[in-house]
Amino acid sequence: MVFLWAFIVGGIICVIGQLIMDIFKKTPGFTLSLLVVLGAILDGFGLYEPLVDFAGAGATVPITSFGNALVHGALLEAEKSGMIGVITGMFEVTSSGISAAIIFGMIGALLFKPKG
Amino acid sequence: MLQIKKDDYQNLVSAHDQKRPILKNCLKAFFVGGFICVIGQGISFFYMYVFDFTEETVGDPTVATLIFITMLLTGFGVYDKIAQFSGAGTAVPVTGFGNAVISAAMEHRTEGFVQGVGANMFKLAGSVILFGVFSAFIVALIKTALMEFGVIG
Repeated sequence: MVFLWAFIVGGIICVIGQLIMDIFKKTPGFTLSLLVVLGAILDGFGLYEPLVDFAGAGATVPITSFGNALVHGALLEAEKSGMIGVITGMFEVTSSGISAAIIFGMIGALLFKPKG
Repeated sequence: MLQIKKDDYQNLVSAHDQKRPILKNCLKAFFVGGFICVIGQGISFFYMYVFDFTEETVGDPTVATLIFITMLLTGFGVYDKIAQFSGAGTAVPVTGFGNAVISAAMEHRTEGFVQGVGANMFKLAGSVILFGVFSAFIVALIKTALMEFGVIG
């Protein structure tokens, strides 16, 4: 059942992205940035976590979860150490996506020759 | 002399602009994007049962694994073909972020590792990180301030 909801919720988030690209004629870069901001705002209202509980990877795999994770880390640390935690805790939860992209980007550049 | 006004130019552009098959694009994005999330869910279950990850922490290794798969697909030149077909279906999941970083790194390798790979790695994905971090900063700041002043619980 989780698989079905992951499929549907993940698919819908991708359709929102496609609509931004097609109707407003925006570049993928703009679309992704907008979705990340949306994810951050949703988590600010405490709405993203229920979505993750409900749809699993359908909510954690789309890029919106990146914004959610940034806010999440910042808020967790802010609870412990006050205002300054907003800055120090920001990458606490979301580090894996960025570090994985950097590490595999480097490995990819070492291993592969560009195609086309 | 032939003068082309801005409006004329706009009309010319829209006359030659191809109508985008929005419904078809959305269907493709829905099925490919949904499928990637199902794969992500499968990876999540794998990490939850084989290693001791909980539902909250499993997102991290799942994202890392998906980016690893993206590296292989990008390296073998398969990712571009899927992306061409699915549009936002592959761009919106975290694989699109990974692909933006990895393809930029690979593409600029010929310019050297520092000037090429290092300088260009976040050429495409940088804006995602910038706006993500900045908006998260604003949101978290507002929320922390509201909590500190006791406006919300």
